[in-house]
Amino acid sequence: MITLENLHVSIQGNPVLEGINLSIDDGETVILFGPNGSGKTTLLYTIMGIGNYDVTEGRILFDDEDITSLPVHKRARKGIGMSMQRPPSIHGLKTRGLVAMCAGERKIDIDTLAKKVNLETFLDRDINLGFSGGEIKRSEILQLLAQQPDLLLFDEPESGVDVENMDLIGNMIRELLEGNPEPDAEHTMNELMHERKTSGLIITHTGYILDYIAADRGHVLYDGHLCCADNPKRILDHLKKYGYKECIRCLS
Amino acid sequence: MKVDLSKYEFSDHESNEVDDLTRLEKGEQESMKMAGFDVSEKNTSASFVQIDHNHAFCKSYDPGVEILPLGLALSIDEGLADLQWNLLKPDKDEFTRLAADNTHGGYVIRIKKGAKLSAPVQSCLMMHTNKVGQNVHNLIIVEEGAEAHILSGCTTTEADQSAAHIGISEFYVEKNASLTFTMVHNWGENVEVRPRSAGQVEAGGIFLSNYISLKPVRNLQMNPLITLKGAGSIARFNSVVVSTENTFMDVGNRVILDAADTRTEIISHAIAAGGHIIARGHIQANCSPAKGHLECQGLLLNNGIIQAIPELDGRAEGVELSHEAAVGKIAKEELEYLMIRGLDEEEASSAIVRGFLNIDIMGLPPELKTEIDKAVTESQKSMF
Repeated sequence: MITLENLHVSIQGNPVLEGINLSIDDGETVILFGPNGSGKTTLLYTIMGIGNYDVTEGRILFDDEDITSLPVHKRARKGIGMSMQRPPSIHGLKTRGLVAMCAGERKIDIDTLAKKVNLETFLDRDINLGFSGGEIKRSEILQLLAQQPDLLLFDEPESGVDVENMDLIGNMIRELLEGNPEPDAEHTMNELMHERKTSGLIITHTGYILDYIAADRGHVLYDGHLCCADNPKRILDHLKKYGYKECIRCLS
Repeated sequence: MKVDLSKYEFSDHESNEVDDLTRLEKGEQESMKMAGFDVSEKNTSASFVQIDHNHAFCKSYDPGVEILPLGLALSIDEGLADLQWNLLKPDKDEFTRLAADNTHGGYVIRIKKGAKLSAPVQSCLMMHTNKVGQNVHNLIIVEEGAEAHILSGCTTTEADQSAAHIGISEFYVEKNASLTFTMVHNWGENVEVRPRSAGQVEAGGIFLSNYISLKPVRNLQMNPLITLKGAGSIARFNSVVVSTENTFMDVGNRVILDAADTRTEIISHAIAAGGHIIARGHIQANCSPAKGHLECQGLLLNNGIIQAIPELDGRAEGVELSHEAAVGKIAKEELEYLMIRGLDEEEASSAIVRGFLNIDIMGLPPELKTEIDKAVTESQKSMF
């Protein structure tokens, strides 16, 4: 699905990411841990093509095509979608209008989708204006439900979300990643699961999202370097116990 | 920016009265529509049309509305003379002097005590002849407990026509009355405009003003003054203006909070797309408690200029006055947010501008809203 090769990224001449190599296969979900300021959001933004970041070395391949210098909207149209942590509000642009734009040419039933994420009453409100933390996450998910990307980038889906909302958000992220497969006479669950090829790259601090989705791999991003690859729950347990200090030892 | 009044003809352009609006020329009907006037009068309590130097049409369909051309109204109702040139004075400036010396009519609208109109009153002040100068004087009286929405459209027949418009308006909102006054300007790039308006609101009264100007205009300057005279009265202003190349607009609102428990909110959204806008706002609070908020959002495109000049003038302890102004180009974060959903830069800019000019808050009739939406789409052609 996506491959980052020796990716070096700077912001205003200051290196943030220094030689990232990462590959995510079709249908694979990868979790990204790392302390504040380690470059996690930079990595997501660079894949999406937004922000004031310069790729100084290396490249990004999406479905074997080099997209390193492709404009944002073309990456989106190729199937990359992102849930932002703190999206801007836009005066006068209604949630309904934006969701419709996310779907592009595809026909969708906005009201039904909104119901799934409990946002029916938000459709005619200005997007993100006065939304709570949980409402912002649900609105991002609603937009992704309409957009149906093949690669989902989630920037801290749990931040600012209360326990009640976490259930809904976690389950919806699972649905985005895995679909809602229901085996029938002609299709076994096994077949259905293998047909799906949606991949995910999820930044998390708390790991709450791991209670809802089956993540394949976890990595730690520390000071611009990827320094670990393991089962995400195992990484989380380790981080809870030792913090990031072992990452420093690992890198030095 | 000066106006050379000698360029315009302020006499001898008397129009004929029509008994049926559909008998007006097609071009006139079309420009009236763009100024928010519905010639079919489907959803109308009363209609008034002035073309050049006198009225062409004046009818009320609701017993709650009295609508008359100024001259006739003054001759019938002697008391009206006390309301004319009461809130504004002829010696204010050269435009008020000219209008006082040579008034071409205008309308008097009186919403009778307790009448709550279900449909808006509509008026259109049109300039038809090239080089015409039009001086109108309007009086609006909303009597105690009455409620009305008045749509006031101003337009030239041709977009490239040269003309000058001087419009004097005095508003009287009586006790517990409510007036929504929506003004749509549909000018052209050779039109010079000087509205001069003032109003007073008595206890418990509400004055809601909507102003929309999306077309070019060479030179427009106005700064209407509303005084909240009575306790608990409220005034709210929403304006949406676009200034394209060669358009100069100096527009603002002034409010005096002159009684306890008065409130006002002035919100303007201005796009300078190659043009020049001075966006003013002035709230003076003389009594406490009173609340006022000023908000000016300005968007710069194509080297446009916006000068936001908010003024807060508190004269009693305990008043709460605030303002918020922002001028700049379309925010990169907003653009990128839409682009990650698959919109290209132009589509994203267009969606943001459309939202910026959103007028849902004004509560306009659907026909007018459709017309404004069309004008927004049209105006975007000169933005990107």
